[in-house]
Amino acid sequence: MSTSSISSFQAAKKPLISSRTMDLLVHLFFLLVSATGVIILGLILVFLVMEGLPIFDKISVTDFLFGSAWYPTYDPPDYGIFPMIVGSASVVLVSTLIAVPLGVGTAFYLAEIASPRMRGILKPVIELIEGLPTVVIGFVGMVVIAPLLQNVFNLDTGLNVFNAGILLALMAVPTIASIAEDAIYSVPKSMKDGALALGATHWETICGVVFPASITGIATAVVLGIARVIGETMVVLMVAGGAAMIPHSLFDPVRPMPANIAAEMGNAAFRSDHYHALFAIGLVLFVTTFLFNLLASYFANKYRRVGEAI
Amino acid sequence: MNTESTMNMQTSLPQTDKMTVSATTALPQTGDRLSMENETIKIQVNDLKLYYGNDQALKGIDMVIPERKVTAFIGPSGCGKSTLLRCFNRMNDLVDICRITGEVLIGGKNIYDRDVDVAELRRNVGMVFQKPNPFPKTIYENVAYGLRLQGVRSKRVLDEVVEQSLRSAALWDEVKDRLHDNAFGMSGGQQQRLVIARAIAIQPQVLLLDEPASALDPISTLKIEELINDLKDEYTIVIVTHNMQQAARVSDYTAFMYMGELIEFGDTNTLFTNPGRKQTEDYITGRYG
Repeated sequence: MSTSSISSFQAAKKPLISSRTMDLLVHLFFLLVSATGVIILGLILVFLVMEGLPIFDKISVTDFLFGSAWYPTYDPPDYGIFPMIVGSASVVLVSTLIAVPLGVGTAFYLAEIASPRMRGILKPVIELIEGLPTVVIGFVGMVVIAPLLQNVFNLDTGLNVFNAGILLALMAVPTIASIAEDAIYSVPKSMKDGALALGATHWETICGVVFPASITGIATAVVLGIARVIGETMVVLMVAGGAAMIPHSLFDPVRPMPANIAAEMGNAAFRSDHYHALFAIGLVLFVTTFLFNLLASYFANKYRRVGEAI
Repeated sequence: MNTESTMNMQTSLPQTDKMTVSATTALPQTGDRLSMENETIKIQVNDLKLYYGNDQALKGIDMVIPERKVTAFIGPSGCGKSTLLRCFNRMNDLVDICRITGEVLIGGKNIYDRDVDVAELRRNVGMVFQKPNPFPKTIYENVAYGLRLQGVRSKRVLDEVVEQSLRSAALWDEVKDRLHDNAFGMSGGQQQRLVIARAIAIQPQVLLLDEPASALDPISTLKIEELINDLKDEYTIVIVTHNMQQAARVSDYTAFMYMGELIEFGDTNTLFTNPGRKQTEDYITGRYG
């Protein structure tokens, strides 16, 4: 290969491979490399659909999604995942309620209020938290937060919606803060000067100009944060409590969808109905996170368009 | 329309001739040929020094700016003219390493006194920047923003002021049918007139223009210059410009600055036709800058 390319340089009159062919080969090579990842991901999706769909021969989609009993090993078995959907939703809702104010507030602090030195210290620290192994976070939830909740609120178990919500929020805050901070920081200084020159205070400038100018970026950050939380498995497996029932309070244990898959996949017989049902749950999860990512890229595009106009 | 307005501007210039040019010194540094006997002083600058860290950007400026006239600051890049302008509404406060000594009196009150409310000051001293900087809001909301800051809620009042300001900025006819469209959809020249409308909506006493036409095409520039001419009956206008022809066209008084110092200050006609200092003459004849 190398000799041929050298000789092609030297013998300028009659190259072994013409430069056009070479370009084409390079083009094909990189196409193949980048396609590989996409193809593998595509195959995983096909696999997910193929293994998930057979369960719907046994049970209707409505019964699957809205059935309230999950007893896959009984005879006859029940495959209703509604308690898990509600479990996931409740955990995600609690974590969103905690993470959005914290994350967006942090972002505004970093971008608008903190001194450059403070920002230089805090931003890397926050991004470091993002890299914490989730099992470590789950561990903290089990040994620190759970006993605390149990004692303070006098509960039967500290492993519940609230605990999982707190931990997932802890994971979403860095994502939200870091992406939202980029959006807020990129609001042009000239725009802020314009507001200040009209007699706006710093606070009025943040609320009236910086916030609307970065709203799409903040929305993207929030949606990506939530998307991360929905698919998170380890934390909910460890601290959500694991009871496949519809929660009636903040302190009831639940069994979110990812936790259920992780807990039961090892016990489900290959290609059994139980196995197919677990894949179908994976499919539901995939569709949900996919929709959230779609929403995020919709916001991001809108944001980019505003950015150009500035 | 263009020719007509150009003529207007040309005819407006000789008016400055009528003003008394006597030999009495108004202020020590501003040359010996400036008289403002017929003028009310709006802004008075006393020994203003400004430092960015260890660099001194303004080296003791003394000057007066007359009310309801257009005063232009000219000079080469980095001479401190924008810095001086930004002292008048304390925009330099936003620069951490900036330190200021001396006085700037506006309407007799030193704006660097401790008891001055900076937001209040900026309501009275409006500013238009080099690049148009509309807010990510509708055209209407851009103009109404200053009033909303002051707590004006009445739709009738807002409607009225928005229309009036857009008319004053010679923009009303172009945008009256799309007041609720996003301001980013406007051309650069329209955006610049929009931010002027935004600035005059809160009826400041002084209007600071920091190279307002430098990012615009010739036609938009012409419109901005016409606008300045219209606005000077009501506002004290201070304009920084790189463009000497522009200073000659729009201003009544001109200050020439160089290396952080005020070299010469006089009525525009005299300064351009018969400069008192060698440096001024070199600059306006294009020997440097």
